[in-house]
Amino acid sequence: MAKSPSKAAASKAAAPKNLKKTTKAEMLEFYQLMLLIRRFEEKAGQLYGMGLIAGFCHLYIGQEAVVAGMKAAIKDGDQMITGYRDHGHMLALGMEPTGVMAELTGRIGGYSRGKGGSMHMFSVEKNFYGGHGIVGAQVPLGAGLALANDYLGNGSVSLTFFGDGAANQGQVYESFNMAKLWGLPVVFVIENNQYAMGTSIERASSETQLYKRGISFGIPGEQVDGMDVLAVREAGLRAVKHARSGKGPMILEMKTYRYRGHSMSDPAKYRTREEVNDVRQHNDPIDYVKARIIDEKWADDAALKEIDKEVRAIVSDAADYARESPEPPASDLMTDILAPEVA
Amino acid sequence: MPTQILMPALSPTMEEGTLAKWLVKEGDTISSGDVLAEIETDKATMEVEAVDEGVLAKILIDGGSENVAVNTPIAILLEEGEEMGDLSALESAPAPSPAAEPAEADASPDTQTEVAPTITVSDPAIPEGTAMVPVTVRDALRDAMAEEMRADDKVFLMGEEVAEYQGAYKVSRGLLEEFGPKRVIDTPITEYGFAGLGVGAAFGGLKPIVEFMTFNFAMQAMDHIINSAAKTRYMSGGQMSCPIVFRGPNAAASRVGAQHSQDYAPWYGHVPGLLVIAPYDSADCKGLLKAAIRNPNPVVFLEHELVYGETFDVPDVDDWVLPIGKARIVRPGEDVTIVTYSRMVGYALQAAEKLAAEGIDAEVVDLRTIRPLDMETVLNSVKKTNRLVTAEESWGCMGVGAEIAAAVTIGAFDYLDAPPARVHQVEAPLAYAGNLEAMALPGPDDIVKAAKGVCYLG
Repeated sequence: MAKSPSKAAASKAAAPKNLKKTTKAEMLEFYQLMLLIRRFEEKAGQLYGMGLIAGFCHLYIGQEAVVAGMKAAIKDGDQMITGYRDHGHMLALGMEPTGVMAELTGRIGGYSRGKGGSMHMFSVEKNFYGGHGIVGAQVPLGAGLALANDYLGNGSVSLTFFGDGAANQGQVYESFNMAKLWGLPVVFVIENNQYAMGTSIERASSETQLYKRGISFGIPGEQVDGMDVLAVREAGLRAVKHARSGKGPMILEMKTYRYRGHSMSDPAKYRTREEVNDVRQHNDPIDYVKARIIDEKWADDAALKEIDKEVRAIVSDAADYARESPEPPASDLMTDILAPEVA
Repeated sequence: MPTQILMPALSPTMEEGTLAKWLVKEGDTISSGDVLAEIETDKATMEVEAVDEGVLAKILIDGGSENVAVNTPIAILLEEGEEMGDLSALESAPAPSPAAEPAEADASPDTQTEVAPTITVSDPAIPEGTAMVPVTVRDALRDAMAEEMRADDKVFLMGEEVAEYQGAYKVSRGLLEEFGPKRVIDTPITEYGFAGLGVGAAFGGLKPIVEFMTFNFAMQAMDHIINSAAKTRYMSGGQMSCPIVFRGPNAAASRVGAQHSQDYAPWYGHVPGLLVIAPYDSADCKGLLKAAIRNPNPVVFLEHELVYGETFDVPDVDDWVLPIGKARIVRPGEDVTIVTYSRMVGYALQAAEKLAAEGIDAEVVDLRTIRPLDMETVLNSVKKTNRLVTAEESWGCMGVGAEIAAAVTIGAFDYLDAPPARVHQVEAPLAYAGNLEAMALPGPDDIVKAAKGVCYLG
């Protein structure tokens, strides 16, 4: 079983001890994607601070390894659906940083033409089904995508992400029951970042080992070190294979941590700065990747700085685009409410 | 180039705040994520973290400063290798603008309300000589589903007891035998869950029909009907589609008490992004359910248990489909317009017969679709009769009749010879006791009374 991230042994710039199989190309790809997510989120936080992004904005910083590892475990056609902490999932699926950032600023260039915002974005083309604002609602929706996969026989698997907070919603268990009953190809990925807004998992859950939550439905579960992208990828491959082979759903509990508050307006007084710093300094998911790359001499500091520079440029372009893209025209106010009837 | 650190907005409503104290000093090396300062917002004290890396060259706003406006530069950060002298470049740099100008700022008032589509559709003409076949409402609904399932293999039915039990009210009788368990799916008793799975399946390319044993149980699923099904097209800028039908019996049955007896037409009729249909007779049930299944939008289809067993004629044509959003004048008349839907159509027709005996010629308009309302038909009728009575089984407050009365008052004020009258359930949960239940629910006599009232004959 995975260790709690705050107690993980690895120290900064030291590679994890149990070396998992990987390649230079894969690790550099992880590094680039996870850094992109982090820099994107930092920029989003900055634009929020400048008043360019409004409303609710939930950042993914600290959790990058979860979505990066799961992305590496799926194939084309597999879907992802999640709650409102969704920017990382979109970037992992290859949605354009410009379009995501422009949605955050509420502009016409956003994925939802500015009508959805941070919590409500979709890309049917990239198999991203949202972006849902009601805690836990994405779970039956994700199981429904799996129902469609099964019905159509398309061989695809639905990755349904939710947090430790959503894990206490009743509809999650309604979905577990039907997904197992009908053998649906779905992997439930619980991103346990240990705080449901301001309430720690210990204060909210009678059973804090969330991977066990499927036991009474006969759904196998696995706890995973969600700060180690290779551990995530390996568990993801097992779970996706399980679901795709007709054995029904699987639960992966990713032990992870968010560095920022629940949303931008959360001062995060329910935990100590020492706790956050401890994870940051000793168990950062990007440091893990970086240490392995340096250790294996797959790249040196200078080469990684180069990647950092490229990522910063992508994020900077996204921010520029998101500021320059115009607000949606008034004519957009009353469109997309109903589909025109198909004759 | 040196980077300005700006006073951040730390909540959706913050315009200014107090820079309580600096946690770094000039000359410090800053890493991304370091806490720079504490800021008091209108809600809380927040820590501000560094986004960029570098050396804190200059603090522009001292700790303890109050009323610092959002976006005011509070410090300057130099990147590796930059000199303080580079600061002059910042002096003339304009402060960032909060938002680009909207592309079109001239939102005209017309865009503030959903423009009701001009209904130009009408019921299909029934060719002369077409046989009319007596069919129960129950079987008409079943025939509609069976025909659409034969025509499109993406259509399937799910719900409690729809398959092996043949439907709690026998509406899905025979469907399992014809289409098999893949397309006629018995669900556990789990309305919130299976409504969500249905919506997800619609997102995934299928056309689900989700049956609720009654719409009273759909209250548990309302979040998915409204937040997931009705709003997603809009929130996705038109990318996502949710072709789904939620159907089942609605409104009062008989002596089943308050929790099982409620008309949800006004609840769903309130929601943009939904189509809401509440038909009465067999032909309308069949023609409109077929239209609902074919429609690319989420449709709430409200049936009535107490008419499932009633028999009406259905035209014996190959493909009987009716337009959504079109009301029907079921009885033409000259003196008063009675606007109603679902089971109350039958009561309105009975009332019209009684009124005729007293010399009042009532016109009965069956709305059939609750959203969008066919106000054109209603207004034309009122302009002819100059009097309006609405009749519904739901409570009156915020009800369908309230909406119709408002729309008629706005759209045909000068034509009205009397204030509109509304007939509806009394404003109480429905009682179990037979006498109280009968007193609570509106019937033909209530409609007669209201009609005579607007004719000043009460």
